[in-house]
Amino acid sequence: MPMATPRHDSVPSHLPLIVSAVAGFVFALGLGLAGMTQADKVIAFLNLAGDWDPSLAVVMTTALVVYAPAYRLYQRRRTPMLGGDCQVPTHVQLDRPLLVGAAIFGVGWALGGYCPGPGVVAVMAGPSTAWLFVAAMALGMLGHAKLMRQLERQL
Amino acid sequence: MTMHDLVQAAAGGLLIGAASAGVLLLKGRIAGISGIVSGTLFGPREAWRVTFVLGLLLGGLLLAKVAPSAVAAPADRSWPTIVLAGLLVGFGTRHGSGCTSGHGVCGLGRLSPRSGAATATFMATGFATASLVHLLGTGSA
Repeated sequence: MPMATPRHDSVPSHLPLIVSAVAGFVFALGLGLAGMTQADKVIAFLNLAGDWDPSLAVVMTTALVVYAPAYRLYQRRRTPMLGGDCQVPTHVQLDRPLLVGAAIFGVGWALGGYCPGPGVVAVMAGPSTAWLFVAAMALGMLGHAKLMRQLERQL
Repeated sequence: MTMHDLVQAAAGGLLIGAASAGVLLLKGRIAGISGIVSGTLFGPREAWRVTFVLGLLLGGLLLAKVAPSAVAAPADRSWPTIVLAGLLVGFGTRHGSGCTSGHGVCGLGRLSPRSGAATATFMATGFATASLVHLLGTGSA
């Protein structure tokens, strides 16, 4: 398989940072346009017992329509266009933390109507609830890291 | 739900996919927001993650200016529920190594069995929780 030649020296060091900032910006606009930042719309999508709003199902679908071909292109290239290494996960084995964590995340998502991306976006645009959510989310993330360290020490 | 909603949802999804594809092709990274946020806050702190978060925040600022109704808090969730929600999302995304963007878009996009299982799981508990909360009539949960 032909490998693209890394062009580390030809890429200005600040370009990847600009690119990722633009990516974050576009991502946020996408979330806003899609309705992912409207907590009630998310809850209306997840609430199968109420007045079901299925429109958010379309969001993941069209995202995949763009992303899946991009991934196939990535597989052929195997080298990031801006140089550097790749950090795409390769393990395929399911394990308990994956499923337990996903289960817990789903509960939280339905309770608050926010997932991480929309939460961060909403902090700048929206209500104080978003701040509360993101602060609690940060605490939850920190709590997880501490718990894992604690468990590791005990082994 | 109107046609307008569907078109906007589709367009929003395209932007999300494009941004994620950009991160993959240009930087060789997964645009999983939970990982990006936790990395920025608690490390490992990679510069591209920090600027990605800045981009998210700037996007939020623009939305506030041009489409403030696009960002809205849940109408009937009490603040303790919001706090619980945040804690669960924070803990769960770290434990499960991802969220809707990392698993749902990037993971499914590369046909990852792990992400398939994770996505099915959080969608299931998401549906179940929202539906249960509604059925229990605790709108002010």
